[in-house]
Amino acid sequence: MKPAPFAYLRPATLEEALAALAGQQGAKVLAGGQSLVPLLSMRLAAPSTLVDINALPDLSHVAVSDDGVRIGALARHAEVLASREAAERQPLLAMALSHVAHATIRNRGTTVGSLVHADAAAEMPMVLRLLEGSVDVASVRGRRTIPAAELFAGPLESTLAQDEIAVEACFPALAPGAGVAFQEIARRHGDYALVGVAAHVETDGGEVTRARVGFVSVSDVPVVVDVTDSLDDPASAALAELEPADDIHATAAYRAHLVKVLTPRVLADAVHHARDRKKS
Amino acid sequence: MTTKLFGAKVPRVEDQRFLRGQGRYVDDLLTDDPRLLHAAVLRSPHAHARIVDIDVSDVLDLDGVVAVWTWDDLTGPMAEPLPLLIPHPTLTHGRTQYALARDEVNYVGEAIAFVVAVDRYVAEDAVARIRVDYEHLEPVVGIDAARAARRTVHDDVPDNVGARMEQENGDARAAIAAAPHTLTLDLDIERSACTPMEGRGTVARWDPDTSRLTVWSSTQTSTGVRGCVAAKLELDLAKVDVITPDVGGGFGVKVVHPWPEELLVPLAAKTLGRPVKYTEDRREHFISSAHERAQQHHVEVGFDDDGRVLGLDVEFWHDHGAYTPYGLIVPIITSTQLLGPYKPQNYRVAFESLYTNTVIVTPYRGAGRPQGCFVMERTMDAIAAYLGKDRTEVRSTNFIQPDEFPYEHGLVFQDGRELTYDSGDYPASLAKLKELVGWDEFEEFRAEMAAQGRKVGIGLACYVEGTGVGPYEGAHVHIETSGKVKVATGLTTQGQGHQTAFAQIVADTLGVRFEDVEITTGDTRKMPYAVGTFASRAAVMSGSAIHLAALRAKEKALRIAAEALEASEDDLEIADGVVSVKGTDASIDLGTVAVLSNPLRYAFDEASKAATQFSVGDPGKPPVAEDDEPGLEGKDFYSPPRSTFANGMHAVIVETDPDTAEITILKYAVVHDCGHLINPMIVEGQIHGGVAQGVGGALYERMAYDESGQLLNASFMDFLMPYVTEVPTSIDIDHLETPSPLNPLGIKGAGEAGVIPSAAVFAAAIEDAEGFPITAMPISPSELFELRLAHADEPHPTSPSLGS
Repeated sequence: MKPAPFAYLRPATLEEALAALAGQQGAKVLAGGQSLVPLLSMRLAAPSTLVDINALPDLSHVAVSDDGVRIGALARHAEVLASREAAERQPLLAMALSHVAHATIRNRGTTVGSLVHADAAAEMPMVLRLLEGSVDVASVRGRRTIPAAELFAGPLESTLAQDEIAVEACFPALAPGAGVAFQEIARRHGDYALVGVAAHVETDGGEVTRARVGFVSVSDVPVVVDVTDSLDDPASAALAELEPADDIHATAAYRAHLVKVLTPRVLADAVHHARDRKKS
Repeated sequence: MTTKLFGAKVPRVEDQRFLRGQGRYVDDLLTDDPRLLHAAVLRSPHAHARIVDIDVSDVLDLDGVVAVWTWDDLTGPMAEPLPLLIPHPTLTHGRTQYALARDEVNYVGEAIAFVVAVDRYVAEDAVARIRVDYEHLEPVVGIDAARAARRTVHDDVPDNVGARMEQENGDARAAIAAAPHTLTLDLDIERSACTPMEGRGTVARWDPDTSRLTVWSSTQTSTGVRGCVAAKLELDLAKVDVITPDVGGGFGVKVVHPWPEELLVPLAAKTLGRPVKYTEDRREHFISSAHERAQQHHVEVGFDDDGRVLGLDVEFWHDHGAYTPYGLIVPIITSTQLLGPYKPQNYRVAFESLYTNTVIVTPYRGAGRPQGCFVMERTMDAIAAYLGKDRTEVRSTNFIQPDEFPYEHGLVFQDGRELTYDSGDYPASLAKLKELVGWDEFEEFRAEMAAQGRKVGIGLACYVEGTGVGPYEGAHVHIETSGKVKVATGLTTQGQGHQTAFAQIVADTLGVRFEDVEITTGDTRKMPYAVGTFASRAAVMSGSAIHLAALRAKEKALRIAAEALEASEDDLEIADGVVSVKGTDASIDLGTVAVLSNPLRYAFDEASKAATQFSVGDPGKPPVAEDDEPGLEGKDFYSPPRSTFANGMHAVIVETDPDTAEITILKYAVVHDCGHLINPMIVEGQIHGGVAQGVGGALYERMAYDESGQLLNASFMDFLMPYVTEVPTSIDIDHLETPSPLNPLGIKGAGEAGVIPSAAVFAAAIEDAEGFPITAMPISPSELFELRLAHADEPHPTSPSLGS
């Protein structure tokens, strides 16, 4: 379990990093390494060059503003989770991050890295999608912003070009009158969820005006379903758009069942959350 | 005055080292030797294939590669199949693999080529360059496929049957036919594995000046490895030393030997004249070490109105994987230990041990007992459910009673000896367990929880474990002139706390300070006669041998001290390393006694002057008497007539989520009887670890093979070894101490206890919570959900198994 040979670069500036990526067709970005390094060790990935961005300046921020939370490419999950301001501005961040693997992995793994790894079994890509956030990417060709709805191309595949680095993610603030909730069922504490569900509701005078639910591990890409018009049976509405599958840990039927159990629960939690926020 | 340490909760002295990262494991050795080479192995990607051609021509071009071996390069005994370690007359079709596959591979992971390079990276690069031309064969995966035998693993093994064995006491089938009630059960257990923290590993160094080979291996038997290495490399035994450094867990897998790498590393070291290291990685451990557990059972039982078993007839099918290096030990243990603490009047058991194109099956902590316990306890629960009786009542009815020991089952055990239980008090154990878990109050608790919409269940399981199997272990005790005591025993240590427990025995037996005792294990230079650490045997075997050897040393110390103190031996006592005449001030240090035991010509320090030729001894006699030896030493061996039988009972209360089918452990209770406890803290640690491993086996772990024989979960991401968050936060333990009459210390083994009843006890509790039978383990929430669907139309009793 040793990686195949690769060149290793540790640039000191973003420009150098982007230049290195642009010049190397087989180059890969190394940030927290929590997914990439095991893939290297098992020789499931064999990039020609690793561009280690850990020495780049000014990318470790968890910046909270009225608009939301901006997370730099080198901010670790643990740092985002520890930010009280971030949790206040967008409570779903902390709710979901506490389910991301284990403390030791969160200490090293980056939130932005998790987003562009684009794993439909991971929490944060779905959260970004549910919150309608975005990712800013840079390349030698310039910068652009990719909305979450356009970020996920397929299983473990984002729409970033090979020469692009995701430098920042933006999770919008939770609007007044809105509420969020998250629940997941995993085989072991910290494992990838068998099913994870997050909900985002908007309310007006106690009435739900918009309700959306995001799902983990029941589709190839992070899926968000608008259930505003099917609040009497949101799970069935969701299942129509999901593709739960069998694997060695659970049957498709069990996953579908968990969607049915969790969806109404999480929606109810989100409505409670909206009400509780109003009170406080 | 020295306090008695036997039975005291002495903190493990080795933990300081281990917890501070100062352990020295195989992979830590020779790391600063610039000549050290590293090995990697090409393993079969196919479960069943003929090897048409192996092309290694690209390998040696790679910078840093030193050598590559395939079967064609092996000669003499190395080119022969690996040994079949434990032959048995019924193992009519035993097969073992070659160190490197000859012309066929029979499981994904089987070793094909061995590359030695300057580091492991280069060695793996080289492995990737070897091209093998395979002719694919259909694989046999799983017990159903093996039994169906539409194709065979080995061309010359008809129907995939390696062995068929049957034992009977009485006439089970006649007794069942005549019984008032009968039941039939079909039960399943899936594969799991030891998965120790440290995988396998071997380092070897050849000394050309002395033609001597030193091998360090992460093994449970250094003497076993030594014998195999000497035989396979055609070396004199005296030229081979095998040393076992710290071992990061074994749990059975490391008692298998020699692994291919355990021979290839010494071969490479000798051939190349440079030290060579092989360290198994985690994926290799999953696909090329050993698994266990998979069995299917068919049970027929006849019983009377009280639930007394009149006849029990068990047939089972054991998946032993692609080869049988460890013989039939696992299924023989299942077939005999299935009986637990019970005495069915008539018992017949027959099994077939079957080949499949999967990793070999050899003992994993519990070694066949968890399956047997699962089968017997499921049967007891089924009888109770059928008769509407309390499950503990049915068990009590079938218990062997305390006045019936020694109890002969009329069967032959795994050591070839009669299956005869030495001691135990099962009714007392059950009474303790009921108290500990709150058995009689459970219905109240169930009602309380039901009122909250919660579903709970309780289960119990009893087992008997044959421990301390022979043939023997030995010990050498040497009291140095400093008064320090050096003890060597040949079996190995893989985390059990032998330094602590064995030093407790020595301190008490000799009357020396615990701190002055140093234990060496698993070093063939210090003790070449030994068997190994497995089958919960170390305390019984080496503990007894160490005690006997210490007694011999003590005897000699008293004889010499009596002469020096001009007193009678009967008037002497030893405490804290000082021999004194009881009730007087006259005393002599044991260190000084050691000086006197060794007549000297040369004084090397102040103390040794006392033993020189002008200071000591009767000039009219030889300095060392005819029947004596110099030095203050004792050596002895312990070889028991048969195994000693420990026992225990576990109970668990689980909650099953009505919506998500998640299974939560609310309470776990253990009553354990391993005779006299040397160190209760170590025994409880063994139980904690065993229960944790048992939780894994019952609720999380399995080997997910697909139909082509690929192991789909060969990593800790998908093989769900429980985290600390999945095991019970507390385990309530109570001990009973029924001493064994078979050894001088009255002890029984404890190493495997915690894991044996897990599948049985969780199945019982989940069945109790859900109200439908649980017949296959392990069980996941997804499977529980599917079972609920399957049983959805049935009436749902609130108290399925406890009955009226």
